[in-house]
Order: sequence, then structure tokens, then C-alpha cells
Amino acid sequence: MTPTLIIMRLTFRELVRRRLVLALLALTALVMALTVWGFSRVPGLRIGGLPLTPGEVQAASGQLLLLVMFMFSFVLALTCAFLAAPAMAGDLESGIDQALLARPIRREELLLGRWLGLALPILVYTVSSSSIEFLLVDWTTGYLPGQVVGAEAALFCEGLVLLTFTLALSTRMSAITAGVIAVIAFGSMWLGGVAGAFGAVFHNAAITDVGVATHLLVPTDGLWRAAVFAIEPSSFAIAARGALGSTFAAASGPTVAYLAWVGGWLLAVLLLSLYSFRHREV
Amino acid sequence: MPGAGLKVAEKAVAGVAGPAIQLVDLTKRYRANLAVAGVTMSVPRGEVFGFLGPNGAGKTTVVKLLLGLARPSLGQGAVLGEPLGSREARRRIGYLPELFRYQGWLEAREVLALHCELAGVPLRLRPGAIETALETAGLADRGRDRVETFSKGMQQRLGLAVALLGDPQLVLLDEPTSALDPVGRHDVRDIIRGLKQRGVAVFLNSHLLSEVEQVCDRVAVVDHGRVVAQGPLAELLAAPQVRIRCTGLGGESMAGLRRRWAFHQDGDWLSVAGIAAAEVPDLVAALVSAGARIHAVEPGQQTLEERFLQLVEQP
Repeated sequence: MTPTLIIMRLTFRELVRRRLVLALLALTALVMALTVWGFSRVPGLRIGGLPLTPGEVQAASGQLLLLVMFMFSFVLALTCAFLAAPAMAGDLESGIDQALLARPIRREELLLGRWLGLALPILVYTVSSSSIEFLLVDWTTGYLPGQVVGAEAALFCEGLVLLTFTLALSTRMSAITAGVIAVIAFGSMWLGGVAGAFGAVFHNAAITDVGVATHLLVPTDGLWRAAVFAIEPSSFAIAARGALGSTFAAASGPTVAYLAWVGGWLLAVLLLSLYSFRHREV
Repeated sequence: MPGAGLKVAEKAVAGVAGPAIQLVDLTKRYRANLAVAGVTMSVPRGEVFGFLGPNGAGKTTVVKLLLGLARPSLGQGAVLGEPLGSREARRRIGYLPELFRYQGWLEAREVLALHCELAGVPLRLRPGAIETALETAGLADRGRDRVETFSKGMQQRLGLAVALLGDPQLVLLDEPTSALDPVGRHDVRDIIRGLKQRGVAVFLNSHLLSEVEQVCDRVAVVDHGRVVAQGPLAELLAAPQVRIRCTGLGGESMAGLRRRWAFHQDGDWLSVAGIAAAEVPDLVAALVSAGARIHAVEPGQQTLEERFLQLVEQP
């Protein structure tokens, strides 16, 4: 087994051994049970004594699902930040890495092993839990997002962006500082995205540019909006084309250029963390 | 290219037969702080080498430079015939860090298995290597326990076990007994002697002089990043000395005597190092002339502690 795979397995084993996987799965199952119960009530809702039409059920379910997935993306992003913040800094501070790096292992292999050891469980968790949620919503309300794969890919990439960003910080900063900066960056990008949407509504170029800049700087909100477009009912997208400046509606999906930017951003930040870790002293 | 072939051959010979450690003018500067100042030394294979110095003298920095955990600002070196920090060298090095910390959520046996994998120990040899390392370090009955349940001393024993894995040709021990009780220290000395018998070079970084005195063939004393003395232990301590117990000496008389001899005073005892036997009567006569009453005169040899203090206390 290559050193990268050894470190990847070690990282994953730590997640399991520290009961993080168990806690995440148990809490996710609990939240899913609650949301299923909530969604199962939707078809039975009445407005003015009349039952909802199938179209209204779809719209209400889509809106509720967006709320649930927003919470899911928030939890996923924070989980990524909390996992990545100590991933490098913790072992550097404690001296564990001194013993590891005295072995015939390249620093790049250690960092990539940690990145993969966190990213792959996040991928499995994102795909499995969101797939189950989508299926449960479909089963209870008949609403299934138009682009399930696109939604899951966008949610995973949102987490991966924050994971990679935090890991890069963790090569040079203490765990707590890296974690705090990552969370602040995540919140700021979301706020910048909301501001940009309002700028578009009021045709204010400067505020719109803030939104564009935040989508480029740390593309978490841009990816959330890609997930929104993939999850929302098509009627929402049509409405958003009018003037809706909400974080729960997207007028269009991500462009190919933006997806390429996200790919390039991930690669650049990963290379930057490799460079940073390679040149630091242990 | 015959020249290139020759270089490869020379490198191969140096890798097999050259010294375990060769440092030339190795320097490490952290901004304004000169941590290691032009260290030049050589540690032959199969030798137990003591690297002594007070806290903050630069001992751990040298070890980190040897492993590539830190990069030299100037100078060069080779470990087992390979450049400092190279993967090939690290493949043949065992290392116990000063800050020995291992994954607390792993069992001791799992820590060893991890290091076996990273060190490239063949799969079929791993169970035996782990058992041997646990037994040698006195952890045979704690292999299934999580590291987080270990005392500091037990963790240091685990660190020793980790350092012994992979059939190393050089073992770097950075303060290996700092957390151990007397029994543990005795065990470590036995381990070091065992390594020497197998032809393994040991670089013992320590400020516990008695430990170094008991196991090392040669020592280097480092202070403020500089090697202030190095050589075989016997040579380093060869300077004869005399210890004199006397009373009644005043400060002024001492000042006069210090111009001729270098004294180390400990209560009523004066030690004078490097004095020839023929000179001892002159010293005693000078003390008596200065008003001292002589109670005892003991010729002898310096202890490592006395020599160490003499070296690091020099202005």
C-alpha cells in the first residue's frame, strides 16, 4: 500500500474510532425521520378548506426540500471545516507528525492522504444521505428534484471547497485559527452571495459585483446556488428569472466556465497547501 | 558517461561503508536566533554517540536537520551516505522524538503496525517485528491497550519500540529517558547496548550525563549551537585533576591563585582540571601560603559532569 493510501486509511479510521461517523449517521437518521414525518403531512394540507392541488404539493415540497438541504449543506460545510482544521495542525502541534515524517514518506503523500481520507467519507456521506432524503421525499410527496446527480455533486463540491480551503490554512495555522477563519469565510461568502442577488434585483452593479467576487473567491455560495437550481421545481427557476433575489431560488444553473473555475480553484488551493506543507518546518 | 558511473559507485560505497552521520559546518538560523552554528562532526557506524548540551543548546534542532524535519541555513551533511532528510536515509533510520506523541485512539500494536507499513517492513515480517519491539520495550502485555491509556513513561517506551522497527542502521534517540523511572532507564541502556552489538549506530541526544557516560563511545558537547568539544569519552575525560578540601581561603587570596590555575569550587572542595601531577605540591604550597588549611588532597579524573560544566560555563 502506498504511503498516501496508508494515511488515507489512518484518517478514516480515526473518524470511525472517535465515533464521529457514528454520531453523524445517528443524527442524520434522526433528522431524516423528522423531515419524513413533516413531508408526509404536506399532501394532506388544506388551504381554505380545500386540499392542495398536485402542483401546489410539488411547489410546497420543493420549497421545504430546499430548506432541509440548506440546513444539510450548512452542516456539511461546518463538518468539513471542523474535520479539516485539526487534520494537519493538530498532529503538527502535538508532535505526531514528527514520528510520521521521519519515515520514508513524502510530505505531499501525508497531506494528500489526509485530504483523501476526509474527502472520500464526505463524498459517501453526501451522496448516500441526500439520495435517501430525496427518495423519502419522493415517496411521501411525489416530488423528486429534476437533477439529483447535479444537486449531490454541487453539495459535495461545496463541502470539498471548504475542506480544501481549511486544510490549506491548517498547514500553517493552529487548528482553532484555521477553523474560525474557514467558518467566517463560509458565512461571508453566503452573505456576499445574498448581497449580489439583491444587487441584481436593484440593478446595482457594485453590489452585484460583490456577489460575483464572493462566488469566485471561495465558491461555496456559488455551488449552493448550483445545488438550489438542481433541487428546486422548474417553476421557481422561472420565477427567479423575474426578480427573486433569494438564497432559495436560482434563475439558472452554473455555467461551464464557472464549473471550470471551481475545478481550477480546488486544484490551485490543493497545490498551494502542498507547497505550504512542503516548505514548513516540523 | 564513465564519470557519472563512478559517482554512482562512490555514492553506493559511501552508502554502505561511510559514516552513519557526517556534518560539515551545519548551520540553522531562525531569524535572529542562531540555533546551530557551524556544527562539523562525524559519527561512525556501529558507534554509540552522545550529543550533550544544556537545554536550548540546539540538540533537537540538529536531530531535526538530520531527518529533514528542518532545513539547514548553511552547511551540508549526509546520513548513512545519503543527503540529509532523503527518503532513502529515512528508510534506514529509527527515531524517538523528544515530544513523543502517538495517536491516542490507536492500540500500541496498531501504532507499531502503522510504522511497519510506513517503514516498508515486508508483510510477512511484521507480526514478528511488532512482537519483538513490544518485548524489547517492555510492553509485551500492553500491546492491545490504547495509547491514550498509557502513562508518559509507557508512551516513551512505545516510542522506543517504534524507533526499533524496520531493522534500522541508525537510531536517533532524543532524550529517550526523560519520562522513565530508574528501571526504565536501565532498560534503555540495555537496549542501546544491544543495538551497538548488532552494529547499529545510536545518536543519543541527552542532558542526562550519567546515562551518556555509561553507554557512549564518543560524545560531542554542544552549547549555544556550537560544538565546544568532541571525541572519545575516555579522551574527553583524560585530563587529570586534583580535588582539595581546604578552609580559610579569602576572596583576595583566591583571586591571586586563579591567575595561575582554573578552579571549580564546590563548598570546601576545590577542583583543578588539567594539572600535571608534578604541579600538585606547588598548588598545595600556594594554598597554604595564601592562608588555607588543607584537609585532603585527592588526585583523580574528571567526571563527565565536571567536564561538561567546565565546557558550558566557560565565558
